[in-house]
Formats: sequence, structure tokens, C-alpha cells
Amino acid sequence: MSVESVFPQLEALLPHVQKPIQYVGGELNSTVKPWDSCDVRWALMYPDAYEVGLPNQGVMILYEVLNEREGVLAERTYSVWPDLEELMREHKVPQFTVDAHRPVKAFDVFGLSFSTELGYTNMLTALDLAGIPLEAKDRTVDDPIVLAGGHAAFNPEPIAEFIDCAVIGDGEQAVLEITEIVRAWKAEDRPGGREELLLRLAKTGGVYVPGFYDVEYLPDGRIARMVPNRSGVPWRVSKHTVMDLDEWPYPKQPLVPLAETVHERMSVEIFRGCTRGCRFCQAGMITRPVRERSITGIGDMVEKGLKATGFEEVGLLSLSSADHTEIGDIAKGLADRYEEDKIGLSLPSTRVDAFNVDLANELTRNGRRSGLTFAPEGGSERMRKVINKMVSEEDLIRTVSTAYGNGWRQVKLYFMCGLPTETDEDVLQIGDMAVNVIAEGRKVSGQNDIRCTVSIGGFVPKPHTPFQWAPQLSAEETDARLAKLRDKIRGDKKYGRSIGFRYHDGKPGIIEGLLSRGDRRVGAVIREVYESGGRFDGWREHFSYDRWIKSAEKTLPPQGVDVAWYTTRERTYEEVLPWDHLDSGLDKDWLWEDWQDALDETEVEDCRWTPCFDCGVCPQMDTSIQIGPTGKKLLPLTVVK
Amino acid sequence: MVQRIRLRYTKRGRLRFTSHRDFQRAFERALRRADVPMAYSAGFSPHPKVSYANAAPTGTGSEAEFLEIQLAEFRDPGQLRELLDESLPDGLDITDAVEAHTSSFADRLQASLWELRLDGVEVADAERAVAAFLAEETVEVQRRTKNGLRTFDARGAVARLEARQAPADRPGGGACAILRLVVRHLTPAVRPDDVLSGLRATADLAPPVPAAVTRLAQGLLDEESGTVTDPLAPDRDAAPAAPSTAAGPSAAKVPEGSA
Repeated sequence: MSVESVFPQLEALLPHVQKPIQYVGGELNSTVKPWDSCDVRWALMYPDAYEVGLPNQGVMILYEVLNEREGVLAERTYSVWPDLEELMREHKVPQFTVDAHRPVKAFDVFGLSFSTELGYTNMLTALDLAGIPLEAKDRTVDDPIVLAGGHAAFNPEPIAEFIDCAVIGDGEQAVLEITEIVRAWKAEDRPGGREELLLRLAKTGGVYVPGFYDVEYLPDGRIARMVPNRSGVPWRVSKHTVMDLDEWPYPKQPLVPLAETVHERMSVEIFRGCTRGCRFCQAGMITRPVRERSITGIGDMVEKGLKATGFEEVGLLSLSSADHTEIGDIAKGLADRYEEDKIGLSLPSTRVDAFNVDLANELTRNGRRSGLTFAPEGGSERMRKVINKMVSEEDLIRTVSTAYGNGWRQVKLYFMCGLPTETDEDVLQIGDMAVNVIAEGRKVSGQNDIRCTVSIGGFVPKPHTPFQWAPQLSAEETDARLAKLRDKIRGDKKYGRSIGFRYHDGKPGIIEGLLSRGDRRVGAVIREVYESGGRFDGWREHFSYDRWIKSAEKTLPPQGVDVAWYTTRERTYEEVLPWDHLDSGLDKDWLWEDWQDALDETEVEDCRWTPCFDCGVCPQMDTSIQIGPTGKKLLPLTVVK
Repeated sequence: MVQRIRLRYTKRGRLRFTSHRDFQRAFERALRRADVPMAYSAGFSPHPKVSYANAAPTGTGSEAEFLEIQLAEFRDPGQLRELLDESLPDGLDITDAVEAHTSSFADRLQASLWELRLDGVEVADAERAVAAFLAEETVEVQRRTKNGLRTFDARGAVARLEARQAPADRPGGGACAILRLVVRHLTPAVRPDDVLSGLRATADLAPPVPAAVTRLAQGLLDEESGTVTDPLAPDRDAAPAAPSTAAGPSAAKVPEGSA
């Protein structure tokens, strides 16, 4: 059975929409395989606009890993903007892939990568446009398996009724294992239909099929237990961990779009995982242990990637890039190699540490020194102990002093508001910190035109972190606290004009909180929001707090709960959490201890350079820390012309 | 800078939806991938020296876009064309490359030859509309721009306009008229859709689907015959001992279905 491209129908609509180039595909390094040459076909979606979704590393990696295999094809699809959605509905054009413009419904697996919960309504739009029933129970053997991944999939309960299954952790090996199971099932002529395929996936222990678990509730609304309702289905589903990053040097051929996107650079993941132990950070908790890519592996990826793309900037990605054991040699080696080629190098996600300024200096050897970004996260020393962000005010002042002394003119500082135990006073200290930063900057630079920008947003407690039990601060209290800080900064006659203040109001955070720590009952809210027009909730201009609250007020009380129950309510030790059956490797008792340590303002060191603190991941997942140094260096490249 | 090279390129098929900004980024990346020894501007963020001329609007195809690059080392234009063409996605194709030996290239882009395919329009209706349009001295049309609605004359810039039958063997079938349009590059610029607005204003011609528009040629205008000639020809003629270029016709090549 071959599948027709819908491009001819789509083409007629494109002159009427904004930025049509985002829908035509044809990116450099994209792949189109003949439909009939493959027996397992994946449609991969990043459920946001093309400009955000295309640079997503996760999708790019899986796209390439799958397409490299014989007999397997993967194509990409993104959320269409409302202008095209309307035309597609009117002219009956289904959700399509940008590679060969094939209808998503024709694929075997429809995989969605959720970096954020705010993409859930976009998933429903895509399913509906694709002609795939919104609820898993209504799908037939001819519908694709709808599979969720990405960080948000560590608690997929709010979308449990819409997805067929979820995979948690690293996707590289997982997609290949799933491919083999689908291939075998299809080769046997799909015995037992959809149910049998899902059962085979569930039995691996690494694929979560929500439909195979029943949830029982207590009279007070809490979960009593989650129970498998089939034999052979595991009580807990494990996350996937790729152990040797050098064996997985993806993307090798990064996609280069014609349309403008949010990141226009060659990204290389220099390590995965983080054990700094910041208690608010879900990414750091669920991606353990730390696994470094070797310095030579990094050099190789940069070299090949630049050749394949023509990008003029390289980003060295990870959760805390300056923590790579050989980061100094990597920075120097790359700066030497590309000195002549006008390649910019950047190191996102760095900690408050004077050493990082040296690194930034090295990376900007030939270019302009505009701004440096640091994330102290908490305004007071006490707050930083609660969140385990081990940075003192002296560290910060020493760091910015080095920065301003080296010609940097702007320092950006990131903070959160609404952290557990936080008071107005903790947040107001952010203003003092900014003043001290400017004062120090004026002193060392001898100039008055330096700037410091404070960027602050509301904290959202996340599953699989020590703060998973914490009460979230209400939107009103968050906004009131932020207003006090704003007034304090603006009111400072001497320094106020040198301090920029950017903040996100508390409302979107409450919805993110509802979706992050929600359970299956929250699915009704998502559906109601989608049906009343909710789209692109990650975009300020599309997000509607009122729509979410109205939908929640309609759908949650009949189920005995409300938004506050999911967000501002503190959980107890005994409570069964909606994600307890999804095993990130973290020991729940360790998380609880770490939560208690947070309340006692006790800090925990990093297990890379102090003894193991028993978070549970390595023994549970049979993994171990993989770090250097290798002692190798990046040698100059011989120029072949 | 030691050498200037002028290139002709296309925007074909689905890549006609590439905006000019999109093309610029894609082209500069192609220069890097092809290791072209570009001359760079001075300053904090040096840019490769590329001059673009008169880009076709987003959504219209083109067989005749032009740009000029400045090199820091000499390159054979023919080999450079091949390298760059390979480095760009299919549809953005480099079809000609000539070393610059003359000045004021932009001044030679006097007019464009456009083809407009009007699906669902009978040739007879198109012919009637064209005759009515050409019979007018001026035809006022409006276009929404960044600065609001602008009113201007779409007739004066038109050097030639004719309607003809689409080739019988084209896929789809059904009524289809083809317009051939030669427009002088004046200020304000008159674009093919402005002429379509003019046809609607003078003769109620309203195509049921958006016209498929392609620029076939761009260059010097011969006022008598209403033809557009290759703007790269003077550079080719001025070359000392012309080494052949890969796709070097002396007049703008027009794809099949042409006059």
C-alpha cells in the first residue's frame, strides 16, 4: 500500500498563510525514503511551531537514528499555526509530515516529544487534524501507536487517555527496540491487533501503556494505588539510559532549515545528566548519572557537523556545560581550531563561577563581549541552601567582578520566585544583589554604562524531584512578591536605572503546575481547553489563563478535586504520587530525605567529587558515572583545500 | 577582495516559498559548506560580501535571480557554480556564474519577464481582459504594504502582456490560461499580482485559485520587441579569453512552454 503526498492540496493553501516555508520541508540533511522500501514507519512530532520544533535535538537525533536503519523510515511533523489549521479543516487536508507530506495517520508510530506540558493541547490538535481518534480506546488497528517521550513524559498521567504509551529516558536505543517489536508484529500479520502490540511493548518493562493500569482513589481524592490490569505487565516501568555517548554521536548531519528558527547553530551535547543536585531541577534529577562525551568525540562532532551544515556558531550543550572534566581543553582546542573561520562558540548553562568567565573569554577571543548569563536562582543565602544551589554572594561578586574587568558590559541573572519556604524578604534580597553587582561593576570597569538584568519567573514543583511534595505558590502571591521586588529595584535612585527587570507573571506557572503534577483526572481539563480553542499554550499571545481556569472549574469539581488541590497543596510522605509507578531510578525515600534536608537548609555535595549520597539511580538502573579526564587534547586540523 | 563573481539562481517548486531573508541565510551557509574563499566586511561581526539584486516576492518561482559575491582568492566561475549548486538544496539552483568585468550590474536589471498560470481561467476570458487592460493609459490598483494601503498605476510599467493556451499535455486538465508579462522595474515596483489586480479592475478577471507565478528572465529591456536579454552577457563579452561556464547561454534561457 503506497501513500500519496498531500502536497498538491497543501500547496494551494500556502499562499494564504504566514511563513509558508515552514511547511514545505526540503531542509538540508533531511531524508525522504520510499514508502514501500520500509516496513516500520515513524512520524516524529515536536508539538510546537516549526521554528521551535525544528532545532530540537531530541527529535533530530531520533530522526537520524531511525532513518539510518534499513527498512525503517522517520519523517517529521510540527504544529501548524491557526491560520493553516483553519484552511486544512476547510479543505480536508490532514496533519502531514514536512519531509514527504504524507498523512500522519498512515504511519505505524506517531511519536511526540514533550519538553514541556504546555504542548498537550497541540497534540490534540494534531491528532484531530490527522483523523486519529483523540482517545486511545477509540483507535483501531489501522491507527498509529501514539507514543509520548521527553521530560514531560516522566509523568504522562494527565495525557494517559490520549496516548497509547510513553517511554521515559533516553530515546536512542528505545526507538530501535520498539521498531523491532512493531516489525515482528507486522510480519506476523498483526496478531491480536493493537492490544497485542501494546502488550508486547509493555512486557519489555521499558514502555508504559496507561491503559494497562487501573487507578484506585481514596475518598479524599488521593490515589489509593495504580494496579496493572493484565498479566505480564510490570508494576513499575523503567527509564532508558544510554551509557556511552561516544557510541551515539548524533546528530551527525544536523538539519539546516530554510525558515528562521529559534536556534541557528550546530549543537553538540557534551555530556548528559547532572548531579549538582539543585532540588528544583527536574532535568538534573531524571537524567542521572553524568555521562560525558570525550573531548575527541566532541571535536569530531563539531568538525563533521560544521561541514555538514555551514553553521557559523557552535553551542556546547549540557545541563551545566562548564562541569565537563576537560572543558578548559575543549574550549581552548575549539577556539584554536576555528580562530580563522569566524565560528562563534557558546556555552549555555554555566554556573556562577569565576572560572566560567575565563572560559567565556576564551570562547569569545575574536568576537564581541556583550552579555554573560548566570543563574543564582535564589536571592538569599538561605534560599540557595534550601534549593541546594551552592553559590555564595561573595562567589557571585567575584565572578561578575572578573566579567566586568574583562570587558563584559552586561550580566544577566536568573532567579525563581515561589520556592519552598520563601518569604518576601528572600526575594527582595535579589534587589540588593543586583545593586551590589552594579556597584562592583562600576568599580572594576571604571565606567557607569554597565548593566545587570534580573530575570525571574515563578517556580513550578516537578515530579521526580525533592520538591514534588512542595506546595506551589499561588499566582496572586507570586505576582505580589514580584511587584514588591520590581518597586524596590525601580525605586533605587543610584543604581535602579542600570538594572533591567524581566519577569513572568504567576498564571502560566499555575497551569504548568497543574499539568506537571496532575493525574488522569486532569485529562478532562486538557480536552475541554482544546475543544474551547486552546492552542500553543507555550506562547504568551495564545495562552489563556481564563480558558484553563474555566475548563478546570467545569471538569475537576465533579471528580472531587480542583486546581489548588493539584498545585498549592502540600503532599505528605504516605501519599501515592501519580508517577510512582514510573521508575526514574531515584529512590523515593532519598528524595524525601532531600526534601527534609531542604527544609533544614542542609546542602548536599556533588557525587562526582564526593562520595555517593545514595540517590539510588546507579544501582537501580545498573549504571555508573562516566567522566574523564581522558588526558587527550584537540590538535589543530590539517587544512585540506 | 580580488575577484567578483555574478551568479544567476532559481527558486523552483516548493522552495519558491523561500523568503529573501531565508535565501540569504541558506546561501551564506552554502558558501561555508562549499569552502568559498569569501571576502569579509570589517568590524566586530564580519559578514561575507554578497550583494543581492531585486529579489522575487515570497511564493513566486524564479528562473532568473541574481547576486554578486566578492572573493578573497581567485576561483574558476564554472567550478564555483557547480560547487555552490551542489551545496544548495534542490530548487535553489545556481544556473550561471560569470566573473564581473563591468560595473553597474544592478542598472542592467531593467525589466522582468513573468509567466502567470491561471488555473480555471478560459483563454478567451484572459485575452479579453488583457486587451481591456492594454487599452487603458493608466490602471489604478491598491496594495497593502507595511505603511498601509497604497494606490498606484499598474499599467505604465507593463511593456508587454499576452494571453495564451496552456500546453494541452499538462497534468490536471481543465481550463488554464497562461499570461506572459514584461514589466519595467520602476518605483513604485509593479509586481505580477498588481497586474492581476489591474486585470480584475478593468475586466473582472478573477482566477478561482491563486495564480502560479514564475519569473523567467530579468535584464535589459529591448523596447521595440519587448524582450528581456541576459544581464550577464556584457560581462561574458568583456572577459579576456572567455573560459566557458557550465550553463552559459548568451540569452536568458526560457523553460519549455515558452514563446
